[in-house]
Amino acid sequence: MTLFTLLLQESPEAVHGGAAAAAGAQTAAAGHAAAEPFNAGDMILEHILNSRSLEIPFVGHVHLPTLHLFGWNLPITKHVVMMWVVALFLLAVGLLAARVHRQSPGKVGHLIEMAILFIRDEIALPNIGEHGARFVPYLLTTFLFILFCNLLGLVPYGSTATGNISVTAGLALMAFVMIQVAGVQEYGLVKHLKHLVPQGVPLWLAPIMIVVEIFGMLAKPFALCIRLFANMTGGHVVILSLIGLIFIMKNIWFFVAPVSVGFALFINLLELLVAFIQAYIFTMLTSLFIGMSVHPH
Amino acid sequence: MELGPNALAHLAAGIGAGLTVMGGAAGIGKLAASAMDGTARQPQSANDIRTSMIIAAALIEGVTLFALVVCILLVLLKS
Repeated sequence: MTLFTLLLQESPEAVHGGAAAAAGAQTAAAGHAAAEPFNAGDMILEHILNSRSLEIPFVGHVHLPTLHLFGWNLPITKHVVMMWVVALFLLAVGLLAARVHRQSPGKVGHLIEMAILFIRDEIALPNIGEHGARFVPYLLTTFLFILFCNLLGLVPYGSTATGNISVTAGLALMAFVMIQVAGVQEYGLVKHLKHLVPQGVPLWLAPIMIVVEIFGMLAKPFALCIRLFANMTGGHVVILSLIGLIFIMKNIWFFVAPVSVGFALFINLLELLVAFIQAYIFTMLTSLFIGMSVHPH
Repeated sequence: MELGPNALAHLAAGIGAGLTVMGGAAGIGKLAASAMDGTARQPQSANDIRTSMIIAAALIEGVTLFALVVCILLVLLKS
């Protein structure tokens, strides 16, 4: 997934700066912010797009290195760092909860247990059926990863990794693999592919049905990918536009600022809700599609 | 009046975004109205109705967002 992210992303500095050296581009970007007049579009894009530099409190912009592996150039970007932060955080919390849980579940243990029971009893078992427990580890990982990536975008200095279409494409690709693997495990490869033509369809209709079913099979993960990406990006654009309004109307900022900060706070709280809802919907739809793959009729 | 090279693309993106939101809002509004009707008639099945409402809303929203992505591409892709 990380590889996928890196391959598809181009940093904004690289697009604008052309062939400028990395260090030169970084200083140019820093000078550009100080000297030129405010441009709302640039400010919004800088916050939303992936970039090669990471902003750390009290340190400033840090340029991230590029990995050279097996002949590939893999630049580490802001969103990759955010995904690493989420992964390390979840690993630490998970291991802590598992270790504590063996003696007596403490606060962390109960919190994680609640999440696991929610995924198992509300999402996996009703949608997938009696084999649902097998998919709980995958669904739980997806849910917590998306949730914490979404939440990290609302923290100052953080950045939304799920607001990057390559990250959501990677998640959707894994969902696609899980959906197909579930069907193949249940019925075997040949019988799973036979479900491309629903039973009772006349034979002359079969070629059309196969095309339609394959299209539907690919459209499901594509919709998952676009939904998560657009929801996370859209909310952040609205927040940043509201804040940018103050600087656009700088002559009457005194009247604009309270209104736009109030609205931005409201949208920010709405984003907190959306972060949970989108993680829930992604997991819910994945388990629904797995259930459709396991019980095709 | 002199038009810039991407003026029509921006115009189309704006109109398209407006039309998209109209369609999506109509769909989700109708869905929520029916779900509330159903919940009011049978409060004991409120949980089931809520779950299927969220799924259907997500599917409608997905199609709406496809169209919005097309609008964004109109603006971002330079001729």
